[in-house]
Amino acid sequence: MKDFIIPDADYGTPASKSKEMVTLTVDGFPVTVPAGTSIMRAAKEAGISVPKLCATDSIDAFGSCRLCLVEIEGRAGTPASCTTPVAPGIVVHTQTGKLKTLRKGVMELYISDHPLDCLTCAANGDCELQDMAGAVGLRDVRYEAKETHFEARQNGEANPNWLPKDDSNPYFSYDPSKCIVCSRCVRACEEVQGTFALTIEGRGFDSRVSAGAIGDNFLSSDCVSCGACVQACPTATLSEKSLFEIGTPSHSVITTCAYCGVGCSFKAEMRGDELVRMVPYKNGKANRGHSCVKGRFAYGYASHKDRILNPMIRDKVSDPWKEVTWPEAMEFAAKRMGGIQAKYGKDSVGVITSSRCTNEETYLVQKLTRAVFGNNNTDTCARVCHSPTGYGLGQTFGTSAGTQDFDSVEETDVAVVIGANPAAGHPVFASRLKKRLRQGAKLIVIDPRRTEMVQSAHIKAEHHLALRPGTNVAVVTALAHVIVTEGLMDEEFIRTRCDWDEFQDYAEFVSDPRHSPESIAAYTGVPADELRKAARLYAGARNGSIYYGLGVTEHSQGSTTVIGIANLAMLTGNIGRPGVGVNPLRGQNNVQGSCDMGSFPHELPGYRHVKNDAVRDIFEKLWGVTISSEPGLRIPNMLDAAVEGTFKGLYCQGEDILQSDPDTHHVAAGLAAMECVIVHDLFLNETANYAHVFLPGSTFLEKDGTFTNAERRINRVRKVMAPKNGYADWEITQMLANAMEAGWTYTHPSQIMDEIAATTPSFANVSYELLETMGSVQWPCNEKSPEGTPLMHIDGFVRGKGKFIRTEYVATDEKTGPRFPLLLTTGRILSQYNVGAQTRRTANNVWHDQDVLEIHPHDAELRGIKEGDFVRLASRSGETTLKAEITDRVSPGVVYTTFHHPTTQANVVTTDFSDWATNCPEYKVTAVQVSPSNGPAEWQVEYDAQAEMARRILPAAE
Amino acid sequence: MPANPSEDRVREIIADHVALEGPLLPIFHALQAEYGHVPQLAVPVIAEVLNLGRAEVHGVMSFYHDFRKEPAGKHVVKICRAEACQSVGGDAISERAMKLLGVDWHGTTKNGNVTLEPVFCLGLCACAPAAMVDGKVVGRVDAAKLDRILAEVGA
Repeated sequence: MKDFIIPDADYGTPASKSKEMVTLTVDGFPVTVPAGTSIMRAAKEAGISVPKLCATDSIDAFGSCRLCLVEIEGRAGTPASCTTPVAPGIVVHTQTGKLKTLRKGVMELYISDHPLDCLTCAANGDCELQDMAGAVGLRDVRYEAKETHFEARQNGEANPNWLPKDDSNPYFSYDPSKCIVCSRCVRACEEVQGTFALTIEGRGFDSRVSAGAIGDNFLSSDCVSCGACVQACPTATLSEKSLFEIGTPSHSVITTCAYCGVGCSFKAEMRGDELVRMVPYKNGKANRGHSCVKGRFAYGYASHKDRILNPMIRDKVSDPWKEVTWPEAMEFAAKRMGGIQAKYGKDSVGVITSSRCTNEETYLVQKLTRAVFGNNNTDTCARVCHSPTGYGLGQTFGTSAGTQDFDSVEETDVAVVIGANPAAGHPVFASRLKKRLRQGAKLIVIDPRRTEMVQSAHIKAEHHLALRPGTNVAVVTALAHVIVTEGLMDEEFIRTRCDWDEFQDYAEFVSDPRHSPESIAAYTGVPADELRKAARLYAGARNGSIYYGLGVTEHSQGSTTVIGIANLAMLTGNIGRPGVGVNPLRGQNNVQGSCDMGSFPHELPGYRHVKNDAVRDIFEKLWGVTISSEPGLRIPNMLDAAVEGTFKGLYCQGEDILQSDPDTHHVAAGLAAMECVIVHDLFLNETANYAHVFLPGSTFLEKDGTFTNAERRINRVRKVMAPKNGYADWEITQMLANAMEAGWTYTHPSQIMDEIAATTPSFANVSYELLETMGSVQWPCNEKSPEGTPLMHIDGFVRGKGKFIRTEYVATDEKTGPRFPLLLTTGRILSQYNVGAQTRRTANNVWHDQDVLEIHPHDAELRGIKEGDFVRLASRSGETTLKAEITDRVSPGVVYTTFHHPTTQANVVTTDFSDWATNCPEYKVTAVQVSPSNGPAEWQVEYDAQAEMARRILPAAE
Repeated sequence: MPANPSEDRVREIIADHVALEGPLLPIFHALQAEYGHVPQLAVPVIAEVLNLGRAEVHGVMSFYHDFRKEPAGKHVVKICRAEACQSVGGDAISERAMKLLGVDWHGTTKNGNVTLEPVFCLGLCACAPAAMVDGKVVGRVDAAKLDRILAEVGA
């Protein structure tokens, strides 16, 4: 592993999980390691580095470079230490005369076919080949190579062995002339990432690393640009382009990725205050040294020219923006918000917290509305994604979060993935799951679409239940029907851990023949036999786990499905140990955290209801204010109230509700009716088109704080450069609060965390000091579990007894009919993130430069639609146009698109139906019609014009 | 020998072998038997059916010199390049063959009749220098024998 700065020790081969310990002697020192450990790793643990080139501890030993040879007393020859396991009592020598000669000879051969341009090489000082030449004492090379791979011309002629550099990937290059064919990249692509995009073509001297097949380059191959190959490459062959441009880094800071809910740890490698590259951090407990294209490479938005760096204000949204100083902006905002409250009452304003900002920032924003505005009008984008998770798991288990850590997947035997495509949305988790599947675990996918998880290189789901969008509850209940009626449940678990009476009630409910797979097949589209087999597989697993995503929650019955999933886990006893559990794959980096921090209108931090006097009392004493006991408005209610004229002011931090929330027309009308919309963001996002105050935000690279990922892991975000806009986001919220005379005096986010710990029992033991020593902790982290809780509900559910709740299927009101015969469902793609505000401003666009509509060949033919045609996508709410992609990944009757690009505005089409319990919008089901089209919809034309007008910025006054 | 490989036919050939344990090499053999080479359009199809990456399929295929990317000439002449044959004049035979055919290794004559290939040991060291013509081994190849062979294959 290339690791220039603060090298994380590379042990050469992966750790053995054996419990049996073995003692051996390496160079005279006794070493005790688990059985199955390689001699190379054992030596490293004793502090002795055996020279190596083809070994690195993220991948299995390969034994090809012949540099790591050792001698073992009583054994013949010089075995490779990477492929030779330890044995009790063996005496190993890593440095003998014979070994030195052999290694030098091997290095001479390597170097004879390697350009000696170290001084001008991007990997100078960061190259294992260079290090090994030094380590073996290479002083001269006796061989004069007649043929080489590195000289473009030989003897005045073009060298047929020389291959040009492949620069097709926007972020890294492949330079075959520097390649030593150690296969580390190929093995990393296979073992770590699980994409199998690389191979070694040819044999012998002709062996070359090849992306894809003949005619492919890195971009056209199956490569997903995760960076695992770059990470594994010991030379400059696979290197980040930024390294070529900037040079090697001088220091590094460990921080947390700001994209999805996996929450990967990265080392931000810096030169001065310039970011050279983001390198996945080996000791990161969520990602274990792996990364995806977003976290590793797509950080260019932080320095994109579109970023707004000065505060701006305007009287009316039809005016152009005027750049002002921070104090002017704060005064303007405070005056407006104060004025609105004076005129329309204190409940006429509110906030939306961001799931992309830190816990500390979110905490301050909800504090702003509760302590300064004096109401509970706070909500967050979790409303539109995982609010049903909070409700469903809270009701059944007693906590609003996933039950496991990501390491748990390494012990699962049957994984059920429902309504999620981790290969696109949570790529690093997908890699970890795929690795487990290749080891023999089975997979059940419940998804309308044939995602990459259903079948891709070396993995294949045992069962794919391709249900009709909107029928999750029926399918999940039918799974329970099979488990109960076939007697596959874990009765002992249910009797000891759950409420037996509630179980009996539930069992009676699900046993009803109307819940049988045969009864529901007609409207779910899932063959009964397949569903029965899936239920038996899950119920029969030693360790069965469920992972689910927004395909579960973003429905009118999202909460019911979450409850149904929890029921399945309780029925089968799959709770409370490694390898099992119920695991929501949370969408955004800190959506778990934003929920934990009291972003919901009815809950103070730690999911405690605002009606609870004792809880309010804690905060009232600390804040010195009275907190309203009335739950505030949810986002949709805010917008409704705005249209009605009772809600007039909004502070929206780091969220683009106009693009991300359903029924864009309604959101636009709500925003347009407000008198003060304060948008706090990196860019003039779509919501800012309706804003009066724009407060420029800071990126995750520019501030300190914490993010909480999908496994409840609190990870540190560390500042690596000064905020380009002048202030970290928590400072900006504090300025706004203080402009409204709040008198806050935080000088560092650690003080905010201390306040959170002091007020919120599940965070009681969390502090920056603890995070510094532990790296990260999973809440609950308090007196009972001072170092956090990787697995929840081990000996009992948080709520006491697990609660079975009936899950009656109620079809959504959004129904297909003659005018709208198709069902639209929405999702994500690997290279883009959410509304795309960040990823669209990076080179990730080479993979996905526009949203497309996936449509089944049958439906396309009926409508005369050909691949790449512009089509009109219309629902009862609105219409848009985009290009069609004809594919059988979707079933007939179902169409699919993503919502990454504002010009498509897929949410113009989605309706305002929502989850019965939490108002989470029903993004995943919209009845639509698709027809050929000539160009953009009327809405798109109007919208573009409005956006262009709204984004004007006056030139700064002379 | 069908001239234009079609994806449908390729799929049929793959389907005939997919039940075998380790079906990849038998599939390559079957395709080469049908077309005289492994058509490149088969690579992604094999990957899809066997659930492999297409890079892997390419990696395996390119490892074996005998699986051809494109059709060979009507006749294939292989000359042993291994040590034993080199020690008794194999080099001169190789050079003579290249000169007479006007091609380099792996080249095919302009008239499409002969493809010339190196091979590393035919197991015929006792009768070196050795060659192989359309799958049949020939021992003690000298200049005269080579000329005769090339004349027979219509160089």
